[in-house]
Amino acid sequence: MNPFIEIITQPDNIAIVIMIIMVTFFMGWAFLQAYQNDKLKAAGLPVEGENDRDVDTFKPLVRIELIITLAVMVGLTIWSIAVNAPLEEIANPTITPNPAKAPWYFLGLQELLVYFDPWLAGVVLPTLIVVGLIAIPYIDINPKGNGYYTFEERKYAILIFSFGFFILWLLLIVIGVFFRGPGWLWYWPWQEWDHQRVVFEPTRDLTSLVGIDSRSLAGFIIGALVVGGYFVAGMAAPYRYWKKNNPELLAQLGMVRYVTIMFLFISMMSIPIKMILRLVFLIKYVWITPWFNV
Amino acid sequence: MKNLTEKVKKNPIWKSIFRRDYRNNVRDRALAIFGNVFLHLHPVQVRESAVKLRFTWGMGGITFFSFILLVITGVVLMFYYHPSIEQAYSDIKDLEFQVPYGVILRNMHRWAAHFMVIVVMIHMFRVFMTGSYKAPRQFNWGIGVILLVLTFLLSFTGYLTPWDQLGFWAITVGTNMGAATPLLGYQGPFSEYLHITPYNDIRFALLGGAQVGANALLRSYIWHCVAIPLISIILMFVHFWRVRKDGGISRPQK
Repeated sequence: MNPFIEIITQPDNIAIVIMIIMVTFFMGWAFLQAYQNDKLKAAGLPVEGENDRDVDTFKPLVRIELIITLAVMVGLTIWSIAVNAPLEEIANPTITPNPAKAPWYFLGLQELLVYFDPWLAGVVLPTLIVVGLIAIPYIDINPKGNGYYTFEERKYAILIFSFGFFILWLLLIVIGVFFRGPGWLWYWPWQEWDHQRVVFEPTRDLTSLVGIDSRSLAGFIIGALVVGGYFVAGMAAPYRYWKKNNPELLAQLGMVRYVTIMFLFISMMSIPIKMILRLVFLIKYVWITPWFNV
Repeated sequence: MKNLTEKVKKNPIWKSIFRRDYRNNVRDRALAIFGNVFLHLHPVQVRESAVKLRFTWGMGGITFFSFILLVITGVVLMFYYHPSIEQAYSDIKDLEFQVPYGVILRNMHRWAAHFMVIVVMIHMFRVFMTGSYKAPRQFNWGIGVILLVLTFLLSFTGYLTPWDQLGFWAITVGTNMGAATPLLGYQGPFSEYLHITPYNDIRFALLGGAQVGANALLRSYIWHCVAIPLISIILMFVHFWRVRKDGGISRPQK
C-alpha cells in the first residue's frame, strides 16, 4: 500500500487526521467571525451579540445540548464500529520499538528533544507552558475584546497565542506523528521507513564556530554570556523601545507584569531560535556547563 | 390516546416523579430548569447569542459529555480487567474475543479519549479567541488550564493499562522525562547534590520502581480510574460553578 495512505489510516492516527480537520475548521471560523466583528466595529456598529436579549434556557439551550449530545454519540459510535483500537504485542522490556513514541499529544514535547536536553524539553518547558497559560489573564491587561471574536483589538495577544498553539504545539505534534521514523529521522509520509538508515550529521557547539572549545573555561564564559545576554537583551530592548514610544503602556503594565510577559515570551521564542541554530547552523549546544547544557 | 395520556398523568406514580404538569409558560419553563437537579446547572435565562452554536461551538459541553461517556465505558471495562501484568493483556484479548460487544466498548473508550483531548484543546482556543479569560473570569481560566493538563494525564495513565508494546514504551519514554527533572530526577541537573539515584527520584515515585513493571501498572491504573477522575470531577464542579458565578457565558458588554 502507498505509505502515505498507510500512515494516515493507522487507527490511532485517524484521531490526528480528525484533529487537523477540526482545528483547521474552527481556526477558520474563529478568524472569520473576528474579521466580521472588526468590520462592524470599524463601521461604528455593535458587534454580534452586543444588543441581544435574554431567552429562556428551557428549551432553546437544552434542545441544542441534546442535539449536540446525540450527534457526538452517533459520531463516536460510528467511529467505534468502523475502526478497531490497536493492540500490539504483549509488553516486552527487551524489545525496544524504533521509534518509541510518546502518546500523540506529547509528541510536540518529544520533538523538542531534538533541540533541547530532556530537562528542558520534558520538564522546564512544559512547566512554563502551564504556568504561562495560567498567567495569561493576569498579564493581558487589555480590557477590549471580552466576549466576542476580534482580531484588531487584540492583535499581539492573538498572534502570540496562535504562534504557540498552532505552530509550536500542534504543528510539532503533526511532525512527530507523520514525519518521524526510525532513529527519530525525518521521513516524508510517502517514504518507506528504512531501519538501516543512519544519518551522520556532525554537530558542533556555538563557541566552536569561533574556534574556542566549548568545554573550556572560555567556552563556558562565552556560552553563559550568550544565554544571559539573550535574556537580558530580550528584557531590555523592548523596554527601551516602549519607554520612548509608548510610556503609558509600560506604566500600565508595571514592572512585575512586564518582566513576566517578557520572560515567558523570550522563553517561547528560544524554541524556534534553537531550532534554526540546530537545523541551519548544525549547532547542538550554546552553553556547556558541568551540570547541564543549553 | 388523549384519554390514556390524561390517565397516565393523573396516576400517583407519575405524579410522584414529575410533581406537576408542564405548561408552556414562564413559570414552568423556569421550573423545568431549577426543579431538575441536572439541568439546574444552567441559569433559567441566558443571553440569546450565548445559545448560538457559532459563538461557543459547544466545545466545553462536548468535552464534558466525552468525559461522562468515558466514565461509563471505563466503569464497564473495569468489570473485565485486572491490573496485573499476568492478566492485563489477556483481559484485553478477552474483550476482543469473549466479551459481548467488548470490541466496541474498548473502541469507544479509546476514541472518546482521543476525541476529548482534541475538543478540550479547541475549547481552550475558543475561550482565548473570544477573550473570555478576561475579568471577571481570570480564575476560571486557570482552573480550565489545570483541567486541560488533567485530561492529558488521564489519557496518558490509561495508555499503559492494556500492557502492550505501545503503552509500555510510551510510558517508558514519558516517565524517562521525569528522570531529567532538575534536582529531583537522577539524570537531572544538580540532583547529585541531593544524593538522588534511580531508586529515590521522581521517576521511581511515578513508577513504583526503577522500571515500568507491575507496580507501575497498578499505579497508573489507580491514577487513571480513581485519583485523577476524582480530582477532575472536583475541579469540574468548580469550573462550572464559576461559569455561573462569573456571569455565565461571556458576551460583549452592553
